[in-house]
Amino acid sequence: MTAMPQISADTLANMEKQRRRARISSTFRYSLLIIVGLIMVYPLVWMFGASFKTNAEIFSSPSFWPKEPTVQGYIDGWKTSTPYTFAKFFMNSMMIIIPKMIGTAISCTLVAYGFARFDFPFKKIIFSTVIATLLLPNVVTRIPQYLLFRDIGWLDSFLPLWVPSALAGDAFFVFMLIQFLRAIPRDMEEAARVDGANTLQTLIYIVVPMLTPALISVCLFQFMWTMNDFLGPLIYLSSVENYPISLALKLSIDTTEAFAWNQILAMSCLALAPSLIVFFMAQKYFIEGISTGGVKG
Amino acid sequence: MAELQLKSVEKMYGNGFKAVHGIDLDVKDGEFMVLVGPSGCAKSTTLRMIAGLETISGGEIRIGDRIINDLTPGKRGIAMVFQNYALYPHMKVRKNLSFGLKLKRKPKDEIEASTGEVSGILEIDELLDRLPKQLSGGQAQRVAVGRALIKSPEVFLFDEPLSNLDAKLRASMRVRITDLHKRLRDEGRPATVIYVTHDQVEAMTMGDRICVMKDGHIMQVADPVTLYEKPANAFVAGFIGMPEMNLADAELTMDGTPKLTLAGQTISAPADLSARLNAAPGPVTLGIRPQHMTIETDGAADAFSGVIHNIEFMGHEVNVHVTIGDAAFIAVVPTEKFDLKLQRGDRVGLRPTGVQMHIFDRASGENVSLAE
Ligand SMILES: Nc1ncnc2c1ncn2[C@@H]1O[C@H](COP(=O)(O)OP(=O)(O)OP(=O)(O)O)[C@@H](O)[C@H]1O
Ligand SMILES: [Mg+2]
Repeated sequence: MTAMPQISADTLANMEKQRRRARISSTFRYSLLIIVGLIMVYPLVWMFGASFKTNAEIFSSPSFWPKEPTVQGYIDGWKTSTPYTFAKFFMNSMMIIIPKMIGTAISCTLVAYGFARFDFPFKKIIFSTVIATLLLPNVVTRIPQYLLFRDIGWLDSFLPLWVPSALAGDAFFVFMLIQFLRAIPRDMEEAARVDGANTLQTLIYIVVPMLTPALISVCLFQFMWTMNDFLGPLIYLSSVENYPISLALKLSIDTTEAFAWNQILAMSCLALAPSLIVFFMAQKYFIEGISTGGVKG
Repeated sequence: MAELQLKSVEKMYGNGFKAVHGIDLDVKDGEFMVLVGPSGCAKSTTLRMIAGLETISGGEIRIGDRIINDLTPGKRGIAMVFQNYALYPHMKVRKNLSFGLKLKRKPKDEIEASTGEVSGILEIDELLDRLPKQLSGGQAQRVAVGRALIKSPEVFLFDEPLSNLDAKLRASMRVRITDLHKRLRDEGRPATVIYVTHDQVEAMTMGDRICVMKDGHIMQVADPVTLYEKPANAFVAGFIGMPEMNLADAELTMDGTPKLTLAGQTISAPADLSARLNAAPGPVTLGIRPQHMTIETDGAADAFSGVIHNIEFMGHEVNVHVTIGDAAFIAVVPTEKFDLKLQRGDRVGLRPTGVQMHIFDRASGENVSLAE
C-alpha cells in the first residue's frame, strides 16, 4: 500500500527529467538550424544592405548595416549608363518571359497529354528520345541551334528564345506533366467522351483544370529560369535595346571603368523582386504541383 | 427503338490477349440486362466496347437499327455510370449534370429544366452547388446516375456502380435504380440498361434477364428464375445460389432405373430427376443445391452416408458441412428440422429431395437433366 505513491513520485521525477532533456535538445537543434540558415542567407542580406551604401563604404566594412544609408545607388543604377532606363530592361525581360511561359504551358500540355493518354506508332522510341534530351547537356545544342537561327535570320530578336519553348523544347516540363497525368485516373476523361466531348474539348474542359497545380509549377519554373537565364540572351541578343535584366546587370560592369558596385547591387535587389513576388503568390499551388507529380507518379 | 444487339463481338487487346471470344447478345428495348461473372471474365471490356471506350476487334454492335462500331461514344446514344463515379472534380454538381447538354449546345432554359427534373428524381437538389469532393459516396453515385439520366440516352451502361458503397447503402441504391427503371417504363420512355456486377444478389434482384459470363464467353442468358432452376451448365449452377451448389463427380448407371454412384455408394435417382434426365450412362458431375437435401439417420434408404465436419448455426437455419468420401457437401436445413444433438464427427445420411438436382456432362459441363 505504501509503495504505490513512492513509485509514482519516482515516475514523476523521471518524466520531469525526460521533459527537460527534450527541451534542451530541441533548443540546441533549433539554434543550430537558425545559425546555419543565417549563414546561408547572409550574402543575400548583405547584398540588400550594401545596396544602400555608398560605393566607398562597400569595401570598407563587412557589416551589412549601411552607416549612412543612401538610395543614390538605386537612382543612378536605374538611369544606367545606356540611353535606356532600367525599366526598359524589365520590359524586355517580361517580353521574353511571358510569351515563353504561355508557349511552354500550351505546348507541353499538348505533348504530355499525347504521350500520357494515346497510343501511336513508335511511341516508345519517340518518348525515349524526348527523355534523352533531358540528359543531354544544354551546351551541346547551343552551337547547332545558333547556326540554325542565324540562317533563318532570327538573331537579335526574341524568337530564338521563344520558339524552342513554344514547341515543347523543355523536356523536363513534358516529363513533369506526364508524371502528373499518369496519377490522374482516366475515368473522368472517359466520362467526358461519353458525354460527347471530342479530344480537344476533353483536354480543355477536363484535363487542363485537373492539371492546373502542375501547370502553375511549370509556369513558375519557367519564369524563374528565364529570369535568371544569362547565356541564352547573351548568345542571341546583340543590341542593348533588347537586353533583359540579366544582361543589363552585366552591362554596368562592362561599360564603366570604375565599377559602381552599389548600383549593381541595387539593381540586383530589384531584379530579385519579380521572382520572389511571383513565387510567394503561387507558393501553395507550386508545392502541391511538385509533390503530387512526384509522389504518386 | 433502343434494342441492343451484339453479333459475334470479339476483343483482342493490344498485347495479343483475347478477352472476348465472339459473343452474341440481344437486349430488348427497355430491358434491364445484368452482366455477371467472376473477376476478369470481360464484363467491363464488353461494356466498354458498347460505350465506345474500347475498339471492337470483330463482330458488330447495333443500337436500334444503327451499327455503332465506328461511332464516337458521344454519338452512340448511350450514357455510362462508372464504378468510382468519375465526376468532374473541378465542377459543381450542377455543371457536372449539365456538361453533356452544354456540349450539345442545348438552350439554357432547357438545360435548367432538365437539371431541375433530374435532381428532383434523384433527390440531389440540395447538392447542386457543391463540389464532388464535398459529397458522400452515396450522394456522389446519385449525381453520377443523374449525369447519365439527364441525357435521356437510349441505353444506360453501369459498370459495378455500387461496389464502392457499404452494404446498407448498396441495398437502398439497388432499389433506387430498379425503381427508376420502372418509373421510366411507366412514363412511356423505357430505358434499356446494361448493368455489370460481380455480385449475384444484385444480378438476381435487379435484372429482367441475366447474362452469365466466363473467360470472355457467355455461359447462359436467362431470367433469374430460369437461371436458378435450370442452369445450362455446371458453371452457372455453381455461380448462382448461396451457398454454392454442391458439385461432385459421380457415376451414372442405367439398370432399369437411373442410379447414381458417389464415393462407392449407389442410390436410385429421385423420380423428379429421372423424368428430366437426358444422359448416357457414364461419368457425370452431380449438382445439388444445399437447400434441397435432408439430413437423415445414417443408413437411410436413397441417402449418401457421410461425416459431419462442421455445423454453422445461422439462427433460422443450419449449414451442415458433410464429407462423403472426398467430396465436401453443404446442406442447409431449417433449424426446426435439425437435430441439435448432432455433432462434428457424427455419421449421417444425406438425401437429395430431387428438386433442383442436376446432372452435368463431366467433359462439357452441359446440363443433361433439362428434358421436358
Ligand atoms: N488494356 C488491357 N490490355 C490487356 N488485357 C486487358 C486490358 N484490360 C483488361 N484486360 C484483360 O481482359 C480480361 C477482362 O478484363 P475486364 O476488365 O473486362 O474484366 P471484368 O470482368 O470487368 O473483371 P472485374 O470484375 O474484375 O472488373 C482480363 O483478363 C484482363 O486482364
Ligand atoms: Mg470490371
